[in-house]
Amino acid sequence: MDRRTWLIGTAATMALTAAPAFAAKKYDPGASDTEIKVGNTNPYSGPASAYGLIGKTIDAYFKKVNDDGGVNGRKITFISYDDAYSPPKTVEQVRKLVESDEVLLIFQPLGTPSNTAIQKYLNGKKVPQLFVATGATKWGDPKHFPWTMGWQPNYQSEGRIYAKYILEHLPNGKIGILYQNDDYGKDYVKGLKDGLGDKAKSMIISEQPYEVADPTVDSQIINLKASGADVFFNVTTPKFAAQAIRKAGEIGWKPAHFLNNVSQSVGSVLKPAGLEHAKGIFSSYYLKDATDPQWKDDKGYKDWVAFMDKYFPDGDKTSSFTVYGYSVAQTLVQVLKQCGDELTRANVMKQAANLKNLELPMLLPGIKINTGPNDFFPIEQMQMQRFNGERWEPFGPVMEGAIGS
Amino acid sequence: MRRTALLLAALAVALALPLFLKNFTLFQLTLVMVYAVAILGLNLLTGFNGQFSLGHSAFYAIGAYTAAILMDKFDLPYPLTLPAAGAACLVVGFLFGLPALRLEGLYLALATFALAVATPQILKFSAFEDLTGGVQGITILKPDAPFGLPLSQDQWLYYFTLAVSIVMFWAASNLVSSRTGRALMAIRDNPLAARSMGVDTALYKSLAFGVSALYTGVAGALGAIVIQFVAPDSFTFFLAVSFFVGLVVGGVGWIPGALFGGLFILFVPNWAEHISKGLAWAVYGIILILLIYIMPSGAAGFVRAVTAKLQRRAS
Amino acid sequence: MELFLNQLLAGLATGGIYAAIALAIVMIYQAIDHLNFAQGEMAMFSTFIAWQLLQWGVPYWATFFLTIAVSFVGGIAIERIVFKPLKNAPVLSHIVVFIALFSVFNSLAGFIWDYSIKSFPSPFGGLHQVGMIAVTLLLLVGLYVFFQYTRIGLAMRAAAANPESARLVGVRVGWMVALGWGMAAAIGAVAGMMIAPVVFLEPNMMLSILLYGFAGAVVGGLTSPGGAVVGGFSVGILENLAGTYVPYVGSELKLTIALVLIVAVLVVKPSGLFGRRAVVRV
Repeated sequence: MDRRTWLIGTAATMALTAAPAFAAKKYDPGASDTEIKVGNTNPYSGPASAYGLIGKTIDAYFKKVNDDGGVNGRKITFISYDDAYSPPKTVEQVRKLVESDEVLLIFQPLGTPSNTAIQKYLNGKKVPQLFVATGATKWGDPKHFPWTMGWQPNYQSEGRIYAKYILEHLPNGKIGILYQNDDYGKDYVKGLKDGLGDKAKSMIISEQPYEVADPTVDSQIINLKASGADVFFNVTTPKFAAQAIRKAGEIGWKPAHFLNNVSQSVGSVLKPAGLEHAKGIFSSYYLKDATDPQWKDDKGYKDWVAFMDKYFPDGDKTSSFTVYGYSVAQTLVQVLKQCGDELTRANVMKQAANLKNLELPMLLPGIKINTGPNDFFPIEQMQMQRFNGERWEPFGPVMEGAIGS
Repeated sequence: MRRTALLLAALAVALALPLFLKNFTLFQLTLVMVYAVAILGLNLLTGFNGQFSLGHSAFYAIGAYTAAILMDKFDLPYPLTLPAAGAACLVVGFLFGLPALRLEGLYLALATFALAVATPQILKFSAFEDLTGGVQGITILKPDAPFGLPLSQDQWLYYFTLAVSIVMFWAASNLVSSRTGRALMAIRDNPLAARSMGVDTALYKSLAFGVSALYTGVAGALGAIVIQFVAPDSFTFFLAVSFFVGLVVGGVGWIPGALFGGLFILFVPNWAEHISKGLAWAVYGIILILLIYIMPSGAAGFVRAVTAKLQRRAS
Repeated sequence: MELFLNQLLAGLATGGIYAAIALAIVMIYQAIDHLNFAQGEMAMFSTFIAWQLLQWGVPYWATFFLTIAVSFVGGIAIERIVFKPLKNAPVLSHIVVFIALFSVFNSLAGFIWDYSIKSFPSPFGGLHQVGMIAVTLLLLVGLYVFFQYTRIGLAMRAAAANPESARLVGVRVGWMVALGWGMAAAIGAVAGMMIAPVVFLEPNMMLSILLYGFAGAVVGGLTSPGGAVVGGFSVGILENLAGTYVPYVGSELKLTIALVLIVAVLVVKPSGLFGRRAVVRV
């Protein structure tokens, strides 16, 4: 076993009361003495295919885990299918994973509509739907859906964090919003509005939606500038974020700019948009940005680079998706370690809901993963940051999202 | 005579399948039948009336949403949602067929394509959100087998869909061989001659649109029940393109072709993914091109050629 | 008023994108009497080739012309390899092959260059959108001259409109079709290299642009390069103004409104604003 990973693993497990190793071995479908089968769907094709990078990173990380000896001596078999971001296809592929490939659990299926489509099925079958790749708020509802759990901070919490900041520092701001017209965009907007409370109506003066199918968002940016807004809440995916930042810069609109962290990657959003246009943007995040020079001597970062070089050399190191995939895969490995020899679906959920102060190498310092039987929101902390034209500068305290905890 | 025997044999196999197959495979076959009915609808329009559509995902969506809303908001039993979905689509299709009368070939293709592209946007529209669930869609419950039949949900839905499909296919083949069907085909083959023989071209063409939409809408309703979920992302223009591919691969103007089309659009993408994950759609494209090389007129042409050969040998 | 002007200008700029791809659509339509659904993906693929050349350090203008040449040859190759054997297949089967090509190019590009966005340089610097419109107009003039005044252009139109008669008067119909494919691919490459600096390069970048391009070409008339360019600009402007000024529904249903208007134009003028009405012989 590679000593370094062993150390990380041990450090993370140390404080925890893992399932006793001497307990009798217990298996559900998909687990055996030698293997743990993990199922997944990702959009490797279609309009959302940029996210497919997450699935590929997870796959690469499990290869590394297996090369290092696996989890408690068992190799992870990662079966990931393409659902093209189409809910009916997700249903078909997930049923294939559960009924034909017989996986132990479904891990990180991506997209709110896709996860909604399979939630009832998986809960009915009592198969874990673990660490879903969406920031909708509804995934942390153990009362009704005890087999479903999210991972990342939810979009609404992030919206509230910005609202809090705006109320404190820009109480007279006139807010203009650009948002993607789907569940993700609307969740952010809802979070912001809830956070602003009574002042939402008077402060928000323009809301401009865009469709994923729109070629550009230039028209929307012009409208926002014309509305007289001096606070810009930018809820866009990477391509549109880059377009919006550039267009705002080009037409000389200089609002206080709040960018959702879906698109905070320096390398794949801010650089294409033009670093000069991106200077001064606010965001908040929970992971380390791999293109940020401040991490270049950080051990967690260096390990990540070593992993990427060896196991995913074609992977895009400037994309936040590779960091995301790496970290979420580490979270699952931790859960599986805690399961010990009791690899049942029930125990997987039990251990997933028993993560205590887990720190991951690519989480921002001070951010910890915590779950409990009634807390199905693993990451709830974020830190505000400001882009200085070169890198993100974190400021202020690590903040808790106000939802779900 | 031989045809009847063949059909009966096929029916016997279809009825017996749930005894041997896993629930998951049954679920896939159910989807195949759903897609087959949708493609059949498209075939009635394109194959028998010569009108072109790249927008049938819109009718499929209307059918699916009609069913989902009726079940979710009005607690209508699921079998009753099918006629409702069909009726809604008949009306919408007929109305859409009216302006479409003025358009031919490529222009009609573009107009229908535009319909397919606009559909998800309209489904998300916030004014209808109370009804449609907006971007979140609607989750519905999967029906259990009635009368305490000892069937799993998947088995029951398979039989239910099978029964609906048989009725739909039977009705389609009757329609095609009826007076109306002959009028539709006359319009396809020679609109001018049809008109001079006194066929009301405008009425029949709009009607063809309506009936075609009805079929696809019923399929959409079935699809919603089987998948248990509708959302705008389920009905993008990729679905319309898939139907179109299914139509051509199965054979334009040949009713059983729709079944081949359904099999193709469900299984071949999975197969392509199995061959190469990274290049799945490239593999799919190449399979499609090779298929058109081998059978330029789809399964229809192929089956015809084979039966012709067999008959020649027999005689 | 300032807002109106700004939206108009932005609409012109996006319209330039649609106009550029609409020209490629008209080109292929003149050559094969069909729309090629893979046109946008071919243009995207050409642009990736250009990007790759730039990454390897080839200077911009060398890349520009090299990419056009490669795309031209590639277009001819596609016709010779894929479509020539299918000469006698039904029209609908051809369309399925277009769809197949669409899948192949999209998937290949994602496989080779992955799906994250890439910035693509512009030779015009800050004045890119003006430069793009100029290039589009240049292409338009070139195409117009080609179709109206050159023997080969006339022969190509004849071959598409009436292959049998064209063959009788000595036009090599097969090669005309191949040439049309080559030229459409080359124009697509230019369009791609002009569009990528605006929308960023990624495998799905042409998905919606192609639809708008179709709309522009059809509104203007598929037989008229000038009409296609006017159509492309109109769609761009229309879309922006609908999104800005149609109250309540405008911002959410901007695409839908634009599409409804296009269909309305077609219903009134079925062969587009500037297209020739095809006369059907009975």
